[in-house]
Amino acid sequence: MKSFSLVVALALAAGIVAAQERRIDLKDGPGRAQFEANCASCHSLDYIPLNSPFLDGKGWDGEVTKMIKVYGAPISPDDAKLIVEYLNANFGKS
Amino acid sequence: MASRRDFLKSTGGLVLATGGGWFAGHAHGAVPDTPGLAPLPAGATASGDLEALAGKVPLIKRSWRPPNYETPLSYFTTEITPNDAFFVRWHLASIPQLSAATWTLKVGGDAATTPFQINLEQLKRDFPAFELVAVNQCSGNRRGLFEPHVAGVEWGVGAMGNARWTGARLKDVLAKAGLKKEAVEIVLDGADGPVMPATPDFQKSLPVWKALDENTMLAYEMNGEALPHWNGFPVRVVVPGWTGTYWVKQISTINAVSKPFEGFWMKGAYRIPLGKFPIIDHFTTQMTDVNEPITEMVVNSLIANLTSGQRVTVGQPFVVKGMAWDGGRGIAQVDVSADGGQSWRSAKLGADLGRFSFRSFSLAVTPAAPGPMVIMSRATNRAGATQTGELIANPAGYHHNVMQRIDVNAV
Repeated sequence: MKSFSLVVALALAAGIVAAQERRIDLKDGPGRAQFEANCASCHSLDYIPLNSPFLDGKGWDGEVTKMIKVYGAPISPDDAKLIVEYLNANFGKS
Repeated sequence: MASRRDFLKSTGGLVLATGGGWFAGHAHGAVPDTPGLAPLPAGATASGDLEALAGKVPLIKRSWRPPNYETPLSYFTTEITPNDAFFVRWHLASIPQLSAATWTLKVGGDAATTPFQINLEQLKRDFPAFELVAVNQCSGNRRGLFEPHVAGVEWGVGAMGNARWTGARLKDVLAKAGLKKEAVEIVLDGADGPVMPATPDFQKSLPVWKALDENTMLAYEMNGEALPHWNGFPVRVVVPGWTGTYWVKQISTINAVSKPFEGFWMKGAYRIPLGKFPIIDHFTTQMTDVNEPITEMVVNSLIANLTSGQRVTVGQPFVVKGMAWDGGRGIAQVDVSADGGQSWRSAKLGADLGRFSFRSFSLAVTPAAPGPMVIMSRATNRAGATQTGELIANPAGYHHNVMQRIDVNAV
């Protein structure tokens, strides 16, 4: 582990940011818990800011529906509705 | 199939033990938009940090899991993209760490007479090795520059790279399996997989004619070294001229089939509307009345050494340089304009590394008078196809080859 720590120290000294999944800044609001609980099992949540802000409510609904119908995400209809509302409120087209 | 735990371990090759402290100094939106093209969605620019995967230099992070990272613009001033700067693109988040000692490839299918299995040593020993230089470009490279934006991985211009690949011909491997005359497609599956069992595994097919093309490869070397884990170690498919979607990483199973493959990643993804693009190769067994699978790359170029708003000096030449590429006809010429496309001059082409490779171009431009100038490049391939000035809209955001219009200021 000595060399491993050295690698980390060198990386820090060089200002290199290691690629590692981190929490993203999320505003509180209805649907946040459902969004984090359901979506993060298959992909990091940075996909959402990446795809913002250009989708409207219909667009976010289409994305969530695709995750359920095409990619088989086990999300209940109630949760799906809350997730779409959360995404549209926080990452939707203004 | 790997567990998520394996994945997190593999991603965290440089796991930092400093807890949340390393958020400090973490520069959001550190990467400027590509000069002369439409901007990325604001959220993509803001979250597009430079981050280093294990064994890679810092690349532009698009998503952590599955990992999608693009190569910064400055790497496109040389023909060969270094392995440690080569872009990373995965669809599904279960990505096993494979070992050269235990990797095996199964070859079979209902349209093969003699199924077999080989290991890496046998692949290298039993089939003649060959090499070629070829561009690997994601179908969705530049998706983030579409206006209006379309959902997906919001790539800038760096979901591409050019490498010297070494490996066995797929046609030799298929010959050993004995293709029946009924074979219509060759199905490719890698060792990666989905997190949820209901998610369609990433599997692709090629028409038999493309699989049997003498340039289609099972590659075990990239620029003279083993492939990086992130680029498909130990063996990936190389389909020169065609977009990266067919270049299946961590290839584990190849099946010759007698009916068109029905998998989601063929039937439901990577499709382009019929008749919109000047392409030559069509994947006929997968065509419908409205769309077809993406095949060859469209002709394109990228100016890699200028910044937007750059100051240049009247009477002093400055060089415009970058790369041009296409779907394998080969680049015939690259023209550069310094007046927004009113007049063009032929750029000097660099070394010819083969028709599937990046072709570098350069031209010295001398500003004659102070004021704004608009720099553009336009590649033409040997089939006479060239770039577009206006975006060709399509639902999934593929085949962006709009010419750059870079503003510079002569003083």
